[in-house]
Amino acid sequence: MMAKLTPKQTRLAALIGGFAFLALAAGLALTALEDNIVFFRSPSELAANPATPGEAMRVGGLVQEGSVARDGLRATFAVTDLAHTIKVSYEGMLPDLFREGQGVVAEGRFNGAGLFIADTVLAKHDETYMPPEVAEALEKSGKYNQPHPGKSQERAQ
Amino acid sequence: MIAELGHFVLVLALVVALAQALLPLYLLRREPSGGLAVAFAARASYLQVTLIGLSFAALTYAFVRSDFSLMVVFANSHAAKPMIYKIAGVWGNHEGSMLLWTLILAAYGAAFASTAKNMPARFSSFVMATQGLLGSAFLSFLLFTSNPFARLLPAPFAGQGLTPILQDPALAAHPPLLYAGYVGFSMSFAFAIAALATAGEAADGRDNAWARWMRPWILTAWIFLTLGIALGSYWAYYELGWGGFWFWDPVENASLMPWLAGTALLHSALVAETRDTLKRWTLLLAIVTFALSLSGTFLVRSGVLTSVHAFANDPERGIYILAILVGFTAGALALYAYRLPKLTPDGTFQPISREGLLLTNNIFLATATVTVFVGTIYPLVLDGLGLGKISVGAPYFNAVFAPLAVPFALLVPLGPLLNWRQGQLAPLKPWLGMGAVAALLLSLILVLLRGAASIMVLALFTASFWLVLGAGLDLGRKLAPHRAKLWRFWRLPSTAFAAPLAHGGLGVLMLGILAATQWREEIVVAASPGQEIDIASITLRYDGLREIDGPNYRSEQARLSYLTGPHAGSHLFPERRFYEAERSQTTEAAITTDLTGHLYAVVGETANDKRVLRIWYHPYVAFIWLGAVLMAAGGGFGLRTRLRRRA
Repeated sequence: MMAKLTPKQTRLAALIGGFAFLALAAGLALTALEDNIVFFRSPSELAANPATPGEAMRVGGLVQEGSVARDGLRATFAVTDLAHTIKVSYEGMLPDLFREGQGVVAEGRFNGAGLFIADTVLAKHDETYMPPEVAEALEKSGKYNQPHPGKSQERAQ
Repeated sequence: MIAELGHFVLVLALVVALAQALLPLYLLRREPSGGLAVAFAARASYLQVTLIGLSFAALTYAFVRSDFSLMVVFANSHAAKPMIYKIAGVWGNHEGSMLLWTLILAAYGAAFASTAKNMPARFSSFVMATQGLLGSAFLSFLLFTSNPFARLLPAPFAGQGLTPILQDPALAAHPPLLYAGYVGFSMSFAFAIAALATAGEAADGRDNAWARWMRPWILTAWIFLTLGIALGSYWAYYELGWGGFWFWDPVENASLMPWLAGTALLHSALVAETRDTLKRWTLLLAIVTFALSLSGTFLVRSGVLTSVHAFANDPERGIYILAILVGFTAGALALYAYRLPKLTPDGTFQPISREGLLLTNNIFLATATVTVFVGTIYPLVLDGLGLGKISVGAPYFNAVFAPLAVPFALLVPLGPLLNWRQGQLAPLKPWLGMGAVAALLLSLILVLLRGAASIMVLALFTASFWLVLGAGLDLGRKLAPHRAKLWRFWRLPSTAFAAPLAHGGLGVLMLGILAATQWREEIVVAASPGQEIDIASITLRYDGLREIDGPNYRSEQARLSYLTGPHAGSHLFPERRFYEAERSQTTEAAITTDLTGHLYAVVGETANDKRVLRIWYHPYVAFIWLGAVLMAAGGGFGLRTRLRRRA
């Protein structure tokens, strides 16, 4: 049976226990963060600073017009920020909103031959909406000045 | 005309809300006992909800009539849309959903006003003044940055339609439930403000009556939030066609954080009420929980996130909500710091007691909240500092949550089994021993039969079974005195079911998550008609495709036939829909639902004259939502106890 603690001891124990726990949790969170963050790279950044094969990352931009080719389950396409492009290969089912000329973000890694092997491809849920990373990458490349292609055109009718 | 009226009553509502926020404070000066203030504030609350209700009705009318001269109706509706989605379209957009938010806020305020007489008048006045201030903030946000009644002249002939993936019954209900949860925590926030403002005034010298008054409101908010999150997860599961139930998307996290903090609040308020201790912590939690609810709204509405939920990408709105968030949180924390010394000192307690375990529960839940917060905010901070764009995904959250979940789940069942003040573990030992052995055996058998990726998975399974068994033990002990009337179950005390259902529900939910993630099977094929597909020891045949017309879409529908298994002879019909008005395409998964697992099929695009099909088997996935519903039911029993006690 545990001895009865005085109020002061209880409070101290609770405080120390609480802090020790928080420190443990912070350590856990930080190590988990270290191992599990994924950087976003735009095609221009990759052209200036090529990635090491096998490093997990996200790339994004517009799907280049006329670049989509399918072979069975494998689809290959080019992602562009209008200054540079990356070739992406993906096996599986492309999302509903995947279309040429639309913004996409692909998650995966480069292989030795400079082809980006995507594990997942994300397209926007709403055609008026551009993933912020993609919008910014396009802006940086300096060749894009129409932020909302979908509805702004429709609205202009 | 109706729209102008809707706009006008909204302006009136703002005036009323401002009066409700400020006048009671003045009246309290003139008459400190608060009789005048409470009488005024209660009338203002009723008037406010009536006015906002009228405004909401006006907007609904515009959607039902497809009045495209209103900007929001034009941008989010279409004449050729089923009626239910015209109505759901009211909150399927930024402006309307914020109006709904404000309406729910006013409804909570009015509900409180009707029960205010159970509390000291001064206390109720402060609660209603806080509600009035919150109402003013959100009404001015609506009117100045997000006016739902903005006109578009000349009116176009056709609307742009509602994003097709939002045209779904679950999603019609998801925002109202979620908002009822978020906004419900405004009540515990207002109670905390009132408790701080009236600290040291309690007649019995114990400043903890507010905890008792706060509990039913926390429970209400928590039940709604639980159901709202579960429904959102279920929708994402069947509608997005990605086969997952939780993506650790920042917006999902934004709803999970107030849920975790709210769960902690639910338990700490119980300690504050029963044992007159943890009061300071509980008040802080009440403030933080609401701040997290607001930041959820900020994250979702400001467009800083890439997400399904990002309707608007307008920085002005983001800044306004951020100002509301910072203003209310900073104001509340300043009041907290200033008034804290006035609170009577906390009582003390022993570590092996119910309150000791509830404190541990709070430490775990607070830690979990912080880790979700870090994972969600870190990328935004890094981006803000120009250090690169990163994403923090499922691996981070899994790595953090798994080691937290095991000890947490092991401790949860002990709480209700121990007494307040000084608990005794010794008499429980045989039961706990049996429970531990049974939980370990069950999970060992499962893992041996179906395999597991790691020791952690085994530990998680054991912890989940332990939760369920512990809940059973708790229920058994609580029902033991009522053995004679077990068959008249409706006469049994609700309080006996509250904790066991909530805790057992958590166990069921964890079992569902574990089974569905560990034993999931997936296959992607390019199939031609007649081809057979094997998954999860079932054989399916792809029969081909046909085109069908829906009310406002065209669809390609594939047919899959079960050749073996219990469903042999029946079919699955996954679809790809094309919505004319919105010019967009959606995937409609076909799902066979059994309690033991879901077979989930999706049809994709054409590949070399074949069809891409993606089929999953999700074992026991339904347990996830079943668990959430059980938890909410536990909350419901808790609430029933409260309301009966008051009556």
